[in-house]
Amino acid sequence: MEGLVYTALFAPLAGSLFAALFGMRPKTLLTGVVTSLLLLVSFIASTALLWHVMHVGPVHVKLMDWIVAGDMSIPFGFNVDQVTAVMMTVVTLVSTVVHIYSNGYMEHDKGFNRFFSYLSAFVFSMLVLVMSDNFLGLFIGWEGVGVCSWLLIGFWYHKPDVTRDENPSISPSWAANEAFIMNRIADLGMLIGIFLIYWNVGSLQYDAVFAAVPHLSHALLVAIGVFLFIGAMGKSAQFPLHTWLADAMEGPTPVSALIHAATMVTAGVYLVIRAHPLYSAVPGVGYFVAVVGTFVAIFAASMALVNRDLKRIIAYSTLSQLGYMFAAAGLGAYWVALFHLAAHAFFKALLFLGAGNVMHAMHDELDIFKMGGLKKVMKWTYIYMGVASLALAGIWPFAGFYSKDTILEVAFNEHTYGIWFVLWLTAGLTAFYSFRLVFLAFWSDERYKCYGFHPHEVQRYVLWAMFPLGLLAVIFGWYKEEFVDFVTGLLPAYEVSEHTHHMLPILVTVTLAIAIGGIVVAYVMYHKRLKRSEKVEASLPYRILYNQYYIPILYEKVFAKPYAELSDIAWKEIDLQVVDATVDGIAKVVEESGDATRRMQSGNLSDYLKWMAGGAIALAILAVIVVANG
Amino acid sequence: METFAFYLFSILIAGLFLVTVLSRNVLYAMTSLAAGMVLISGLFFILGADFLGVVQLIVYVGAVMALYAFGMMFFDATGVVKERNTPALLVFLLGGLSAVMLVVIFAAPAIGSHVTPSFRTPQGVDNPHAVGLVLFTKYLVPFEVAAVMLLVAMIAGIILAGKKMDTSLSKISDGEESQAAGKEER
Amino acid sequence: MIGLSHYLILAAILFAIGIVGVIRRKNLLMLFFATEIMLNAANIAFAAISSYTGDLGGQMFAFFIIAVAASEVAVGLGLLILIYRKYGTLDLDNFTMLKG
Repeated sequence: MEGLVYTALFAPLAGSLFAALFGMRPKTLLTGVVTSLLLLVSFIASTALLWHVMHVGPVHVKLMDWIVAGDMSIPFGFNVDQVTAVMMTVVTLVSTVVHIYSNGYMEHDKGFNRFFSYLSAFVFSMLVLVMSDNFLGLFIGWEGVGVCSWLLIGFWYHKPDVTRDENPSISPSWAANEAFIMNRIADLGMLIGIFLIYWNVGSLQYDAVFAAVPHLSHALLVAIGVFLFIGAMGKSAQFPLHTWLADAMEGPTPVSALIHAATMVTAGVYLVIRAHPLYSAVPGVGYFVAVVGTFVAIFAASMALVNRDLKRIIAYSTLSQLGYMFAAAGLGAYWVALFHLAAHAFFKALLFLGAGNVMHAMHDELDIFKMGGLKKVMKWTYIYMGVASLALAGIWPFAGFYSKDTILEVAFNEHTYGIWFVLWLTAGLTAFYSFRLVFLAFWSDERYKCYGFHPHEVQRYVLWAMFPLGLLAVIFGWYKEEFVDFVTGLLPAYEVSEHTHHMLPILVTVTLAIAIGGIVVAYVMYHKRLKRSEKVEASLPYRILYNQYYIPILYEKVFAKPYAELSDIAWKEIDLQVVDATVDGIAKVVEESGDATRRMQSGNLSDYLKWMAGGAIALAILAVIVVANG
Repeated sequence: METFAFYLFSILIAGLFLVTVLSRNVLYAMTSLAAGMVLISGLFFILGADFLGVVQLIVYVGAVMALYAFGMMFFDATGVVKERNTPALLVFLLGGLSAVMLVVIFAAPAIGSHVTPSFRTPQGVDNPHAVGLVLFTKYLVPFEVAAVMLLVAMIAGIILAGKKMDTSLSKISDGEESQAAGKEER
Repeated sequence: MIGLSHYLILAAILFAIGIVGVIRRKNLLMLFFATEIMLNAANIAFAAISSYTGDLGGQMFAFFIIAVAASEVAVGLGLLILIYRKYGTLDLDNFTMLKG
């Protein structure tokens, strides 16, 4: 079994290193093929491990001792249990699809080889994150995916900065830096959480930490829970650290599909699920997590209502769905969160890849107001995106229905009716904005003709590569029972309708009703043609939503500007006047003393002898002083 | 008696060495140096280091001073040497200071109070016998190394001072004698 | 009674005389003489300590110093002869090859 674990883990790394060898060279198809094949190998190994965990039991391997200092012992260990096996399978499956897809999508890009190197490195980091058996290994993977995300968001780093009105994310390199810095802020919280764990438990191994949870004080558990959640908030882009995710859409679309929808952003949810014994011990923190998640769900959905950027809409929807996951995890229904995570990964990746196809066809135009009627020319993409949107909206029998409906049931079951109501409302909004996008892009009048676009369908193998995701977006929900049986081997078995069994049919009906209602509204408004109303677009709520509640501007005014000014002062006043002056002063002293003592070097041996005698005397005096004092 | 001998020798040695250091005439300097060396061997005899005293006489006075004498024949230095001397103030400042420092260090009580012998002088034998015992047991390796060093120094002295010793004999026989000679004159 | 420190102080004074010679003289031959004085001063100190502590190690070191001095004279005189042949003088002030 060890071999399988290492194959799954290191195949992407091998692919990344291989592609990196050709990183500075022009496109070679070989790198794309090799990395995709290695990812496929990793996926097969992950699936085998899933089977093994299902029928035999978890696997635990120790690669080597890593840090052994005093009482501290942190091995490079890998643990494949039920949660990890699910995550590994999801990650490697989506990654494989995205790798194959990227072969087509990045076909004409100069950085083709570099792209695959980064992408495979990301998968490796993500696998380290989910497979590690201790918090430090998780943190390494956590940082690794952060770095890869930074590299990939800023992949087109050569694009110049533009104003915020022209492009809300300014430029790829700006967006990359924003994402990285936001994550750094959150990682500090996570590090503090890890330090607290180590101080109080003396180990970072999951099993040791969770075994010690009952012996820790309540306040300490709250602190650890909150700090770890701050880390999760950064990685999963929860409010108030959410702004980077929408801007991260500056990266290539396969990256958005893989990292900023299906895998990396779910790392925060994974952390909460992984640390479930800790969060179960402090329900207050769990409730806080759920409230934050719920708020983000409706907050992000509201911004998606009016946005015109194809990818940003999907990004907001990702935020919203992450909110759902946190709500479920916070309420203690960990397997529900994991179930939604997996289902979401499939249909959201599919949605993004479909958006990539549209972008490809429209020559990187993202404004859905300039599209319309694309279903005639892009039939398969239309079908894929339609399926994904139905799944996202939570329509029976697609995957999203099972997972999202379960979350709503959990909220009701926990008697947190406020959370339930907000999530229910969000389900309607989700359906509306998803189908607003679908109708505006694929139905209605063919507006793109005015702009001179000639859209075309993408390559056939790219469409075939997307097929597994499409299939899973439809059927994944049907295997809910098996999934529950499997993961509750590790996660607490949460009975969804424990208290509200009789309400179940009504709840399902109500949820479906609002989802279908959202679709109907979108259909009525957009299926024929795009109607724009000056009055609505000038109204205050519209402008607030369109400008993301003015939060990016607020951040810039409140944090970025004063920080820049502070840096300016530090540069001109402290660095130049104090630090540089000190360094220059030292250099000047050395130079001048050298100048003054240059005459010692007369070349006359007799003079040298005199200096030597003087030096010997000085040393003798020093020795006498030292001996006399000591 | 011992006290008297020590002071007599000390004063004489210091005086002779001062002559060596201060004399303008190299011949005087060398003669007084040789005399000083002889008197130092006297000090060694007082200290009971008979063998060392004999070695001092043979090696220093016999060999080293003879070498200097031969060397001086090369330099034509029998007359007064013209030197631009260092300012007297600097000389006496540095010399005096070093003397004071050394005396302070040597006279300090810290020195010599805690010394325990690592190779105790064998009892019941005379000094040359004892020296032989120690030199050929504990100090055998340094002794051999010193022998090699002396051999090296001897060869080096021959090569440095001897004429044409810096060119290969085989090359000279190959008819490059004129070239080697030219190199020598330059 | 003559103690160890008498000998040590004598050695120190002789050593200082050697230093004076090293500093004052410009003739290379005289520098060699001064060096011999300093080596002999060290020898006196070694022999005295050896005698007063009953340890033959000091005398051994004195022997080795004499050996070193002999080699030094052999090599040093050879060098002096070379210098004299090349420059025709032994005055230190004439040698400024080390000047950068």
